[in-house]
Amino acid sequence: MAAVYDKLVPSPTPETQPYWDGLNQGRLRLQRCADCGKIRHYPRPVCDACWSMNTDWVDAAGTGTVHSWTIAHYAFHPGLKGDLPYILLTVDLPEGVRMNAQARGVEASALRVGLPVVVRFERVKNDLTLPVFEADFCRVS
Amino acid sequence: MPLREAGAVTGVGETQYLRGTDRTALSFQLEASLAAIRDAGLKPTDIDGLIPYGHGAVAEDFITNFGIEDLRFSATTPMGGASAVAAIQCALAVIQAGICKHVLLSLGRIGYSGGRIGTRVQQMPQFKVIGEFEMPLGAIAPAQLYAPMVRRHMELYGTTSRQLAEIAVTTRYHASLQTNATMRTPITIEDHQSSRMISDPLRLLDCSLESDGGAAVVISAPDRARDMAKRPVMVMGVAEGHPDSPSAITQRPDLTTLGLAKAAPKAFAMAGVDRADIDVAEVYDCFTYIVMCQLEDLGFCKKGEGGPFVQDGALGLHGRLPVNTHGGLLSQAHMAGMNHIVELVRQLRGEAAAQVSNAEVGLVTGYGDMGDGAIAIMRRA
Repeated sequence: MAAVYDKLVPSPTPETQPYWDGLNQGRLRLQRCADCGKIRHYPRPVCDACWSMNTDWVDAAGTGTVHSWTIAHYAFHPGLKGDLPYILLTVDLPEGVRMNAQARGVEASALRVGLPVVVRFERVKNDLTLPVFEADFCRVS
Repeated sequence: MPLREAGAVTGVGETQYLRGTDRTALSFQLEASLAAIRDAGLKPTDIDGLIPYGHGAVAEDFITNFGIEDLRFSATTPMGGASAVAAIQCALAVIQAGICKHVLLSLGRIGYSGGRIGTRVQQMPQFKVIGEFEMPLGAIAPAQLYAPMVRRHMELYGTTSRQLAEIAVTTRYHASLQTNATMRTPITIEDHQSSRMISDPLRLLDCSLESDGGAAVVISAPDRARDMAKRPVMVMGVAEGHPDSPSAITQRPDLTTLGLAKAAPKAFAMAGVDRADIDVAEVYDCFTYIVMCQLEDLGFCKKGEGGPFVQDGALGLHGRLPVNTHGGLLSQAHMAGMNHIVELVRQLRGEAAAQVSNAEVGLVTGYGDMGDGAIAIMRRA
């Protein structure tokens, strides 16, 4: 953990706070419509399927497959200069939504659509945990 | 009532495009506006409607500087790089409603000398969702947010970086024929391939410029347009389209389809023309890939066939579809697509620096805010 965390940080709202609280507890939580059950991401006030404003939260399986990716070679924020190059994955979750996170321990040459990955949690400062993805060697064929 | 031919572009104006200035964005916006009004043969006080680009001058600035006494309409069309073309639809609607006779669309920016894109997007309200969920993970600038769309297209369809390079090379050649373009030295495909990687697979020469300057357009009621200084250019069809999951590309069902795919069929139907009728196309080019993807969404080729479509100089002045004849955002200047409207009008008037011979019908697109789209189809009158 760096002494001073100098990267961009989220500003959670009451609607999104449970997601960030979940990460701090080592859980990937997704918002679910409490009426029709549709899971949505990113968190927001209204279900686009039934327009209900009643929500609850479920724990995701934590697994996924690569949908697409990019490899950042230029830092658009000074706090990221030391991290270059880093891999940003777009991941399909089995719950039917996607998420974006950096890869850990994945070679660029191994990247492909459909690559199985599993979520891990990195505590970057006292009150902030970020998700990352590692290759899921249990499922890599 | 459909908006077909509900308005005509009667004036266009630009400042000198620069990379480096001490001036304000407001002064560029007003200078370009005065140039467009002069081009139309109007006085600034003839303007009765304003649709300025969303991040810049407001109606009060124009009233104060131009002495407009009876402004009847002002609005913005907040769609990022699609704003300028979406404003054409808005202008036609207020003209047809009888509210305005002469609507001014304008933009001024100090994109090179002021805050750069990686900083600007953090402050835009339409980026607040990814500001919370993606920027803290290191996905900050458009190049990083769009690159997964490009990668997905490559993985699904076999699109290559060399095909994207064709767009950069052709666009730069068009810029080399201009007097008012900031990047005029021709490049090769090898130059593109050896330019540094920004966000794989996007290289430096896949990315648009950051520029200082201004551009503006006057749209007039058809009954007024006939008596203006220049030959009017009629707007035949216009539409805007918003993509699925507009505020987060990550969640978009199909990463390779943009809002333009919804707008284009409406605009072509309104105009009563087909793709084969288009003599010249000014296609929003924040990145090379965005041009290719829009050509698919416009229907010039099937989804996935954009790579082969742009090969072999197809987008050149003498190619099958001349595209971005002014050098675009990639090589002329980043004026958020207002310069694309200016260029289409010049092509259809026959006064462009790199003129497509006998251009009668053309189109212009806008793209912005991670997928919003807009299109206008025009003809010389």
